[in-house]
Amino acid sequence: MAKVTFNTDLCKGCGLCVNACPKGILAIDAEQINKKGYSPAVMKDQDKCIGCAFCATMCPDCIITVEK
Amino acid sequence: MAIVFEKPKALTDAVLHYCPGCPHGIIHRLVAEAIDELGIEGQTIGVAPVGCAVMAYDYFACDMIEAAHGRAPAVATGIKRCRPDNIVFTYQGDGDLASIGMAETVHAAARNENITIIFVNNAIYGMTGGQMAPTSLPGQVTQTSPYGRDVNHCGWPIRVSEMLATLEGPEYIARVAVNNVKNVKQAKKAIKKAFENQIQGKGFSLVEVVSACPTNWGMTPQKALEWVESDMLPYYPIGVYKDRTAAKEAAK
Amino acid sequence: MAQRVLMKGNEAIAEAAIRAGCRHYFGYPITPQTEIAAYMAKKMPKIGGVFLQAESEIASINMVYGAAATGCRVMTSSSSPGISLKSEGLSYIAGSDIPALVVNVQRGGPGLGGIQPSQSDYFQATKGGGHGDYRMIVLAPASVQEMASLTIKGFNLADKYLMTSMILADGTIGQMMEPISFEEAEVETYEKPWALTGTEGKRKHNIVNSLYLQPDALEKKNFERYERYKIVEENEPMWEEYMMEDAEICVVAFGIASRVAKNAVVAARNEGIKVGLIRPITLWPFPKKALRAAADKCKSFISVELSMGQMIEDIQLATECLRPVTLCNRAGGMIPSPDQVLESIRKAQKGE
Repeated sequence: MAKVTFNTDLCKGCGLCVNACPKGILAIDAEQINKKGYSPAVMKDQDKCIGCAFCATMCPDCIITVEK
Repeated sequence: MAIVFEKPKALTDAVLHYCPGCPHGIIHRLVAEAIDELGIEGQTIGVAPVGCAVMAYDYFACDMIEAAHGRAPAVATGIKRCRPDNIVFTYQGDGDLASIGMAETVHAAARNENITIIFVNNAIYGMTGGQMAPTSLPGQVTQTSPYGRDVNHCGWPIRVSEMLATLEGPEYIARVAVNNVKNVKQAKKAIKKAFENQIQGKGFSLVEVVSACPTNWGMTPQKALEWVESDMLPYYPIGVYKDRTAAKEAAK
Repeated sequence: MAQRVLMKGNEAIAEAAIRAGCRHYFGYPITPQTEIAAYMAKKMPKIGGVFLQAESEIASINMVYGAAATGCRVMTSSSSPGISLKSEGLSYIAGSDIPALVVNVQRGGPGLGGIQPSQSDYFQATKGGGHGDYRMIVLAPASVQEMASLTIKGFNLADKYLMTSMILADGTIGQMMEPISFEEAEVETYEKPWALTGTEGKRKHNIVNSLYLQPDALEKKNFERYERYKIVEENEPMWEEYMMEDAEICVVAFGIASRVAKNAVVAARNEGIKVGLIRPITLWPFPKKALRAAADKCKSFISVELSMGQMIEDIQLATECLRPVTLCNRAGGMIPSPDQVLESIRKAQKGE
């Protein structure tokens, strides 16, 4: 049981978290545009999250909080 | 559920101005995590460089000063000599540390100045728009080496860690990278050690962090990290180049 | 009576700095200020202070910048070519509004110039030297006593106005020996809540910085700084007047040139010429009011300088060009003789 929360407003959509995720459950949501004008990263399948925090480790903007 | 990962306290709430995918944010976080874990925020004084990280003084929650281009080690020396009980670190890029500030870097190392230097090497001048750096690779295309860095014309890139490791002075010189999770974790350990060394009075500790500049390299953030692996790391190998204490212990 | 000791000018600066509470000195060797560094190197380790020979003038001024940011009284000393290198740091220190003391024992220039006494860094000291809108408090000692007193005063003023104080001396006074007292200037102390001391978790972080990317913010900073400078200009000009009561000719000279000029004034008085001397002690703030008042009484001015004529421009400005100002000068390390100054006074008397 793990949970990943994005501070979506501050996401720059770089996608490094998406590449880092071993479960492939993150994605850049091209449909969305945040306050900064970027398409942010989103969680596609929370249930599959293992709380490894690889996404947060690679996030350059410190917008990811991981709970486990 | 318990929080297993969140923004460190030693970073302020200021929004990082860096380009999307710029590893400066990762390296800032590693420094802040080290400060948090060592419980030294209230004693720490940081020195910001000139370069992309010029506004680091807004991002770190400890006392901060902004130095002239390349002068951070001298500024840090002045601070540390006045306040030896405070923890003093500089955060510098390759143009700042290895070009205009080379003298300050080498001499602070030679003095074994008890400070911590975080040296971000991304082989380019970022803030000014992508000019050739002292660490740009042979053949690397930049705004001021548009046909690729010609080593016969403008010389070879400088391997700072290897060079500083030849000095008697410094305590600890290590090169790390932030191109993948494994390397980021290793980088964190080195950065924390560089602070611990200072706390223990061991002296000059420099961590060279091989980083990326997606914007000025003209690559996506992920491609840039792959280029770190394929092109940067062969020229700038990861490793501990000097660790006086470890060497002494090994000799026992 | 205060105790008097015989000291060399450069050493008087060093000892006065220590008495003013300076415990950190960062320097780089250059002639003719060597004795300051040598004195500090000997003394600092014995009193719990720090003497550090930096790798360059640039490094040393940046060490001063860092040290000053912690609220310590700190200084560096150099001579003309070295001050050019320090100008980068001087600009950053000014832009960050922190106090420091810098000594320039001037030698002839430009370029590598020579090592003999000069006053040709007047422009550099009073008009900037480094980039950007800023001022330094510039103090010009004319005796070994003033080398000491103005050093203490310089630290006080720097702390009070958050500026750099520069002691603009020259090789002659630096090498001269005279009996002095250290009790002529009082050491003042000031609170420094802006200093980098570590937050201790008790306050928001302090930032020492000169970067303001928003032009309106930078403009505001500059305006605020110049409001402070205005107070300095109002309150801090220092000068000496000698035989000015009935003077018709006013000689203006500072530092070593003023001592030569004083002799010439006495000689001219013996010839019946009504001449006096105004000796600026602060070159910035320039004693404009004293000069302007003199312009109402005197028919002409003579600027005696060890340069190609730099202060003369400030005399012309201060006197609003109401009276002619002539230049009596030597340059390159040469010093005018009293006779040369006397001849200039005679010419002025004749209206030449």
